[in-house]
Amino acid sequence: MIALLSEPLIQRMLLVGLLVGSAAPVMGTYLVQRRMALLGDGIGHVALAGVAAGWLAGSAAGLADQDAWAIPGAVIFAITGAILIERMRSRGTGADVVMAILFYGGIASGVLLIGLAGGSNANLMGYLFGSISTVTWGDVWMSVGLAALILLIGVGLRSALFAVTHDQEFARSTGLPVEVLNMVVAILAAITITVAMRVVGVLLVSALMIVPVAIAQLLTRSFSRVMALAMGIGATLTLTGIWITVFYDMQPGALIVVLGVLAYVLVAGATAMSERIRR
Amino acid sequence: MPDPTEDRAVPPSLVEARDVRVSLQGTEILHGVSLTAKPGEVVALMGGNGSGKSTFVRTVVGALPLSSGSIALFGTPASPESRAQLGYVPQRLTAAGGVSATAQEVVVSGLLGSRGERRGPLSRLAGILPPHDARERARAALASVGIEDLAGRDCSRLSGGQQQRVLIARALVRDPLLLVLDEPMAGVDLDSQVHFAHTLGHLKEHGVGMVIVLHELGPLARHIDRAVVLERGCVTYDGPPPQDLGVHALPGHDHEHPHAGPHDEDEPTIAWEGP
Repeated sequence: MIALLSEPLIQRMLLVGLLVGSAAPVMGTYLVQRRMALLGDGIGHVALAGVAAGWLAGSAAGLADQDAWAIPGAVIFAITGAILIERMRSRGTGADVVMAILFYGGIASGVLLIGLAGGSNANLMGYLFGSISTVTWGDVWMSVGLAALILLIGVGLRSALFAVTHDQEFARSTGLPVEVLNMVVAILAAITITVAMRVVGVLLVSALMIVPVAIAQLLTRSFSRVMALAMGIGATLTLTGIWITVFYDMQPGALIVVLGVLAYVLVAGATAMSERIRR
Repeated sequence: MPDPTEDRAVPPSLVEARDVRVSLQGTEILHGVSLTAKPGEVVALMGGNGSGKSTFVRTVVGALPLSSGSIALFGTPASPESRAQLGYVPQRLTAAGGVSATAQEVVVSGLLGSRGERRGPLSRLAGILPPHDARERARAALASVGIEDLAGRDCSRLSGGQQQRVLIARALVRDPLLLVLDEPMAGVDLDSQVHFAHTLGHLKEHGVGMVIVLHELGPLARHIDRAVVLERGCVTYDGPPPQDLGVHALPGHDHEHPHAGPHDEDEPTIAWEGP
C-alpha cells in the first residue's frame, strides 16, 4: 500500500487534494460568515460557462488540445462573475437573487458555448464532477500557485476580512477599504472554485468549501479556530477520499463530499450527546 | 484605561456637521442638520422614531453617503484617515455572521483601520493588519467595561447587555477622541446601564467627546452636556439637556405604549420647555 505513494500519479493526486482541501475552507469560512454558503455553487456554474468558452476559443485558435484553455477560461469567467455579484449586491440586489441568476445563466451559457465549439455535454462532465485521476504536473503547479495566493491573503488578512464580513457598517466607520476587501473575498472565492473544480467538480465544489466549516463550527466557537480546524478537516476529507478511490472504483468528488456529510452527522450527534450528558 | 488625549493634539471641535442632507432610496431623510461637539463634550441626540437620529450618526461615521453639506472630524474634512480617531458603537450587533466569534476577536477587529500608526515598509498595510499587541489591548478594553472574563466566550451567545459592552470595548480599543453611540441603552439590563454610565463618566474626564443617540437620558443624564433634538430630519432644539426628560415628552414622539395608562408611572413629569 505504501509503495503506491511512489507512483507519480498518486503523488500528484494527493498533492492537489491536500492543497485544495486545505485552501477551499479558508474562503468557505468567509462565505458562511456572510451567509452566502451557496455562492460557490453560483460561481461554479459561471466557471462552467468559462470552460466552454475556453473550448470555443481553443477551437477558433485551432489548438490541437481543445481543453488547453478550459481552466484559464474558467478563471476569467469565475472572477468576472464574482465581481458582478459584488456590484449587484452593493446596489441592493438580494444575494439569493444574484446567485440564482448566476446559477441558471452559467449552466445555460455553458451548454450553448460547448455546442458552438463542436463539443457535447459529455465534454463538460469532467468539470461537473471532477477528474483528478487525469491530473498533470502542470495542474499541480497551478494548484500550488493559486492555493498559496488563497492562503497568503485569506489567512494573512484574516482580521480585516473578518471585520468586513462580521460587521460591515462598523468596518466602514474604521476607514477600512470595505468595497476592496469585499471584492477580494469574492475574487478569492472564484479562484478557489477554479482550483477545486479539478478535484471535486463544479457541482460539488461548494460542498468542499462549506462542509468542513460546518463541522468545525460544531467543535469550536472562535472564528480563527473554526478556520484552522476547517482547513485540517478539508485536507483530511480530500486525502481520505482520494486514497479510497485508489483502491475502489468510485467517483472521487462525490466520495469526498459524502465523507464530509457523514463526518458532519457523526460530529453533530457526538456533540449533542456530550451536551446532554453534561446536563 | 489609557488617556486618549495623551500625546495628541486636541482639535477645537471633534465633529462639525454643517447643513447635512442625506437621501435614502430617493427620499430625503435629513434636511440640513447641523451639529458640533467639542473635546470632552457629551451630546445627546434625541427625537422620536423615524426622526433621522440613526441616519445622522451613520453618516458621521461614514456608513452612509452625504447628499450635500459637510462633515469635519477633528478639524479636517471627514475621511477614512480622520476616522482613525473615532469609535463607533452601532445599535446592536446587526451583522452577526454565520461563523461564531469570541468577544476578544470582535474587539480586536476594532483596532483595524488606524492608518498611519506604523512607519516603514509595512505602513501601507497598516490598517488592514492588527498591531502586534492586539490581544493585550483587546483584553484591556474588555476589562475597562468589566467583562474581561468573557474574552474567550462566543459573542453571539452573550446576553444583550454583555454584547453591548463588547461593542463598546471594540470602540474603546481604538483610544478614540470621539465616541459615536447609537442607542447604547436599547435592550440593555440595568446593571450594564449603570456600568456604562460609569465608563462614560470616566471617558469624559479624560477629554473624550461623545455623540449619543438616546431615547431617554436615564442613568446617563448627569453626564450629558447638551441635547440636540431631531424631528422629521430637522433640528428642533439644541441646548442644555432638560433634566430627567425622556423622549416620550419630546415633540417628535410618535408612538403609544400599550402597557401604559394615560401616564406611565415611570415616565418623567417635567414639562418640555424648549425649543
